[in-house]
Amino acid sequence: MALLQIAEPGESTAPHQHRLAVGIDLGTTNSLVAAVRSGTAEVLRDQDNQPLLPSVVRYFADGRVVVGHDAKASQAEDPQNTIVSVKRFMGRGIADVAKYGALPYQFEDASGMVRLKTVAGTKSPVDISAEILKVLKQQADKALLGNDDGELVGAVITVPAYFDDAQRQATKDAARLAGLNVLRLLNEPTAAAIAYGLDNRSEGTFAVFDLGGGTFDISILRLSRGVFEVLATNGDSALGGDDFDQAIAAHWRRTLGIASTDQRDLRRLLMRAREAKEALTSNSSTESDLALSLGQSIKLKLSREEFHAMTDALVQRTLQPVKKALRDAKLSVEEVDGVVMVGGATRMPHVQAAVAKLFGREPLNNLDPDKVVALGAAIQANTLAGNRSGDDLLLLDVIPLSLGLETMGGLAEKVIPRNSTIPVARAQEFTTYKDGQTAMAIHVVQGERELVKDCRSLARFDLRGIPPMVAGAARIQVMFQVDADGLLSVSARETTSGVETRVEVKPSYGLADDEIAAMLKSSVSHAGEDAAARALAEERVEAARTIEAVEAALRKDGDELLATDERAAIESAIAELGEIAKGEQHREIKDAIARLAHVTENFAARRMDRSVANALRGRKLDDVKLS
Amino acid sequence: MQIDFSKNHFELFHLPVAYPIDLPALEQAYREVQREVHPDRFANSSGAEQRLAAQWATQVNEAYRTLKSPLARGRYLLKLHGIDTEEESNTAMPVDFLIQQMEWREAVEGAKQSKDEVALERLTSQKRDEEKRLFVLLASQLGDDAVRADGRETVRKLRFLEKLGEEIDDAIERLEG
Repeated sequence: MALLQIAEPGESTAPHQHRLAVGIDLGTTNSLVAAVRSGTAEVLRDQDNQPLLPSVVRYFADGRVVVGHDAKASQAEDPQNTIVSVKRFMGRGIADVAKYGALPYQFEDASGMVRLKTVAGTKSPVDISAEILKVLKQQADKALLGNDDGELVGAVITVPAYFDDAQRQATKDAARLAGLNVLRLLNEPTAAAIAYGLDNRSEGTFAVFDLGGGTFDISILRLSRGVFEVLATNGDSALGGDDFDQAIAAHWRRTLGIASTDQRDLRRLLMRAREAKEALTSNSSTESDLALSLGQSIKLKLSREEFHAMTDALVQRTLQPVKKALRDAKLSVEEVDGVVMVGGATRMPHVQAAVAKLFGREPLNNLDPDKVVALGAAIQANTLAGNRSGDDLLLLDVIPLSLGLETMGGLAEKVIPRNSTIPVARAQEFTTYKDGQTAMAIHVVQGERELVKDCRSLARFDLRGIPPMVAGAARIQVMFQVDADGLLSVSARETTSGVETRVEVKPSYGLADDEIAAMLKSSVSHAGEDAAARALAEERVEAARTIEAVEAALRKDGDELLATDERAAIESAIAELGEIAKGEQHREIKDAIARLAHVTENFAARRMDRSVANALRGRKLDDVKLS
Repeated sequence: MQIDFSKNHFELFHLPVAYPIDLPALEQAYREVQREVHPDRFANSSGAEQRLAAQWATQVNEAYRTLKSPLARGRYLLKLHGIDTEEESNTAMPVDFLIQQMEWREAVEGAKQSKDEVALERLTSQKRDEEKRLFVLLASQLGDDAVRADGRETVRKLRFLEKLGEEIDDAIERLEG
């Protein structure tokens, strides 16, 4: 990680540099990294000038890891150690992955998320995804930093809009493990809308239909004067192009009597199925040979009619979420001004036709469906990194699935309904049901179904230390907060007694910070690097960033909004942090950052109040009292 | 650190504290304020500003959600006047309203059994008409000191209808699925 130069307080910092940030589309089939350079978003290519990195990771017994084209090319050699479509396993348990059809891996059940047994040891989907992200990060570093025009400040990582909390948290963990500073998790259809909206200078209501390799999203957005407001989203995070491959493979196994259970044969069959699917986009029929490991060769044939018939049910499965999203957005199909197609799987003609029929209009597909998400993410990353332009866009996104709590009788009580605009916070009150009860079990779930067993369990924790009272007297407030990444945190407290018991939960599948630190320490790319040195480097970067931000605020508003003594206090905290950051103690730097944050609280609040007041200036203020 | 929450949702958007609302003005004010306070604006700021932005944006979303919905707005205005709608605790309802509710629920059940989507759509539009009537009533109650407290019952009725609407939507969804 590049280190910022820390300037002495009062000394001017380096001339303003373009702060580089990238957008990463971590896809089921392919992954991409893009950035805004010279005002235009572009995909950063690898050394062979390839824009797409196949999301395939191969592990070797000697610890080597190969990612991308080479791993993809050799997937049939060693299917068990060559992981494709790992995105489908993110945040999923063993029961979930069993639904994907026959896969050539050795799964291991673990709390929260499956693990895969490989020759290089047991790997979690987070580990495997991090390998892909590391390669993209290197690609970005090389493309951007080679010409010495700044440092990489962070990345926007896209996730399917319909990803639940477990899947989002897993994605963020993978990015951190790859050494990326995550500026934001961004929903894929929203990213695509940014790229489309800016490209076409559109206004109005749009549906983004995003069928990728393993996930399906539909988002309904309203674009108006630089604001992208998601009205509703829906989808199926276990439906994608891979399922069409599986359908073809199953058809051939059945009709041609392929009984081999050899995993290499299984992998080859899936590869032929994928090729057939792609060929049928432009051809009416396709033929290929499957060489089985026992030397036998089988001729594989498929017509477009057969393919469409056998996968019609999958196409139909995409239409239900579309209708639900429209109903949630309170819109009819006629009120949609345009339909945008995203994701490689939308190239299939019967998918295009079904969408066109439902909306009564031809969908837009003038941008490359494989690249549009990464390009949109790059545009947002550029904005978040602080490269402001006059006409910045604002994204208002939503949570895809309701969040709730288990109540009596195994029922799920919704606390935050789906399609709530984030960030959002909502509290729910509960009481004790027994005299003298001092603890309460809290079970957090996500989903739309009435019964807890049909929803996804996110976390369980006990609130302890409730003062003994008669049944029904305690007031337990459970607070849900969803941040701008769509990630949930939950806290609970007893409000009547004045005794406050507060529990912060990270959903159970999520990795704790020390686990991440341990993984970073042991991971190959950081071998030999001392974890403390790394922590020190990170705190120094954070210190520099904080000082830079506060100094910029002082230059802009310090004279106007601060009394002399207040300003002096802030400046002395900056000086103190600058001094401590030269030292070697990362904890001390962290504390000094916290102290600076503390002394700037009032200043920050005044700046915010003033910017809000300015935004609304000119609005009539009469009548602003209870009528 | 806390934001000054003494401002009510109307004041936050510089709108008059009244039941009738200028929706385009609300929408515009919401976007203008969110443009200033959204955490995306502060991805590179100090920790203090990031925390503040998250609190502000959350509060602004809540205020917008409340004012946009005619039911939530009515409930909120009653609360500003110190009137609790007692939706959880008070289930007393006029008999004629209860009878109408039972009839509607039976009709929904019947349409569900016979998988009659047209009947469900018709019930939705009947429910909407009744809601419209009650919103007009609520507006007059909220504007009048003498009968404002009667708004409580209207809000409770509207909550009933909202639940009925959710049931009908679920039923339609199941037929389509």
